[in-house]
Amino acid sequence: MTTTTQAPPGSGRPGGATPRGGRRDRKPSPSRRREARFAYLLLLPAILATAVLVVLPVLWNVTISLQSLRLIELRNFTPFGFLQAELGFDNFRLVTGQREFWSTVGRTVVYALAGTVLSLLLGLWAALAMRRPFRGRTAVKALLLVPYVLPVVAAAFVWRTMLSPQYGIVNAWGQDWFGWTRVDFFGQQSIDLPLVGTVPLAFSTVIAFEAWRYFPFAFIFIYARLQAVPKHLYEAATIDGATISQQFRHVTFPALRGVLAVLFLLRFIWNFNDFTNIYLLTGGGAGTRVISIEIYEWLIGRSNPGAAAALSLILAAVMLVVLTVYVRWQARRDQT
Amino acid sequence: MSRHAFEERFFRIARWVSIVFFVCLTGFPLLVMLGLSFRPVSSLLNEPGRLLPRLSEIDLGGYTRILSGREDGGFGFAGFIGNSAYIAGVTAVLSLTFGIFAAYAAARLRYRGASFVNASILMVYLFPPLVFAVPLFVMFTRLGMRPSFTAVIIIYFAYTLPLALYMLRNYFSSVPVDIEEAARIDGASRLGVIRHVIVPLSAPAIATVGIYVFMSAWDEFLFALLFLVEDRDSWTVALGINQLEANVGTPTTVLMAGCVVITIPVVVAFSLAQRFLTEGLTSGSVKD
Repeated sequence: MTTTTQAPPGSGRPGGATPRGGRRDRKPSPSRRREARFAYLLLLPAILATAVLVVLPVLWNVTISLQSLRLIELRNFTPFGFLQAELGFDNFRLVTGQREFWSTVGRTVVYALAGTVLSLLLGLWAALAMRRPFRGRTAVKALLLVPYVLPVVAAAFVWRTMLSPQYGIVNAWGQDWFGWTRVDFFGQQSIDLPLVGTVPLAFSTVIAFEAWRYFPFAFIFIYARLQAVPKHLYEAATIDGATISQQFRHVTFPALRGVLAVLFLLRFIWNFNDFTNIYLLTGGGAGTRVISIEIYEWLIGRSNPGAAAALSLILAAVMLVVLTVYVRWQARRDQT
Repeated sequence: MSRHAFEERFFRIARWVSIVFFVCLTGFPLLVMLGLSFRPVSSLLNEPGRLLPRLSEIDLGGYTRILSGREDGGFGFAGFIGNSAYIAGVTAVLSLTFGIFAAYAAARLRYRGASFVNASILMVYLFPPLVFAVPLFVMFTRLGMRPSFTAVIIIYFAYTLPLALYMLRNYFSSVPVDIEEAARIDGASRLGVIRHVIVPLSAPAIATVGIYVFMSAWDEFLFALLFLVEDRDSWTVALGINQLEANVGTPTTVLMAGCVVITIPVVVAFSLAQRFLTEGLTSGSVKD
C-alpha cells in the first residue's frame, strides 16, 4: 500500500547530503561508517516510534479485521492470537452488507471532493484579493487564518450555536430580515428551495463548514506562491495589452497549477479521512454519515473492533482507488 | 467602455468587496463567540438576534462558572486545562527532543537509506487516523491503559514527530555548514555540535515547532475521545467542550466562555509563531 501512495511534497533530498552513503564499488572509509552509525543512533527513536505506533498497528489492523472480535473478549486478546484464531472475511461481509453501505461510501467521496474544491476556490479567491498591499493587510491576513487555527471544538460549537433553530443568530436574522421560517441546519436532512429544488441540508452545511475551516490552509500556500511569480511576466503581459483576466489565465494560473494540484491531493486525503468535523457538528445524523463515523460506531457503539478494522481497511482502499484515478488523470493531462 | 477599462474598474471594486467578504466570513464567528461569552444565557434566549452584548448586561459569570470546580457549582474546566497543558507539554518536549536528533541526521549526515527516510517522513499523514485508531484502541484496552494520559501522549508523540522532523530538517539544512566545521575543528563532538551550534542557531525554529506540536495536541479530539472519555477527571479541553455540550447540559453562554478560554492560548501561540510557521510550511512549495 505504501509503495503506490504519492510521495508528499517537498520531501526531496536534504541540502548538501548525498542520497546514499558510500558507493557499493568503493569500501566506505571508517569515518564515513562512524557517521552513518551516529545517524542511525539519532534516527532510532523516531524510527522505533513510527514502527511501533504506525507500521505495526496497520499490519495488526489486518489481522484484527480477519477475526471475530468483541470488545468483551479483549481480555484474552494477544497480538499473535490470530495464529490460532479462525480467520475469515465475515467482518468484511458484515460491514459491506449493511443497507446503507454504498451510499455511505458515495457520501464520503462527495464530502471529500466538494469540501476540497470549495476550500481551494475560497483560498484562491482570498489570495488573489489580498495579493497587492493595502493598509491593514497584515491584520487581515492574520484574521483569515482564524478558522484554521481555532480549536476545532470551539469552531464547531460556534457554528452549531449560530445556526441553532432555537437561538441561532442566523435564523434570528433570517426571520427578521427575509422572513424565512427557522431552519435546523444540522438536524434537517433535506430542504426544498425555490428554483433549486431539494437540497441535502445538513450535509451541505457540514461541507460549508469544512470549506470554511480549511480555506486558510489553501490561502497560505497560494498566497506564498503568488508572491513568487516574477513581476516582469506581468509587465510583459501589460505591454502586450493583456487585460487583468487574461493575465490571470495566461500568467497567474499556470504558475499556480503545481501548488493547486498538491493542495488538492492533500486536502482530498485529509477530508476523506475526516472524523472530527462531522462528529462534532452532527454526530453523523441527518444524512451526514461518512465511513469514519461508521467505523467509530462499530468500534464504540456496537463494540465490534473486528468490523471496525475491516471498515477502516475499506476506507483506505477506497481512498487509494480514488487517488490512483486522480494521479493517472494528472499524469495524462501533463503529457498532452 | 473598452474591455480593458471595464476590467480595471470591475476588479478594483471586486477586490474590496472580496476583502470585506472574507473579513466577515472569518471575523463574524469570532465576534459571536466573544459576544456570547459575556452574556447571561437568559439574554441569549430573549434576544437571539443580538450580536454584541448590551453594556448593562455584560456578565463574567460564564467564565467563573466554567472554570470553577464541580464542588463549587462550576464545570471544572480549570482541571481540563491542566490536563491538556500537561499532555500537550510532554508531547512537545518529547517530539522536539527526538525530532531535533532525527532532523540533524536527516539534514547533515550521510547514511544508507537516507533517501528512503526522507521520502517517507510525511507518509504517516496520508493514512486514515482510524486505521491506527482501531488497533491502538484494542492494544491499550488490553493493556488496561484506558483512560490514561500515557497512552494519549505516546500516540500524540508518534503523530507529531514526523512533521517536527520535517520542519526542523528544512531549517537545519539552512544553517551554514562552515560554523559546524569550525566547531568540529575546535574539538567539539557531533553531539556537542548539535547542542552548542545547531540548537542555539535554530532557537526560533525550534520554539515555533514546539508551539505547533503543543497546539496540535491541545486541539486533538479523536484520540482523546477514544482514550479519555470514560473518566471525567481526565478530560482534555477539547473533550470537555464536546462532552459538556452533549451529555452534561451546560448553558450555551457558559460553554462559549470555555471556548474563548481554550482559544486564547492558541491565538497567543500562533501570533508568536506565525511568521516562521507560514514560511516554514510554505517554503518548500514556492520553489519550482
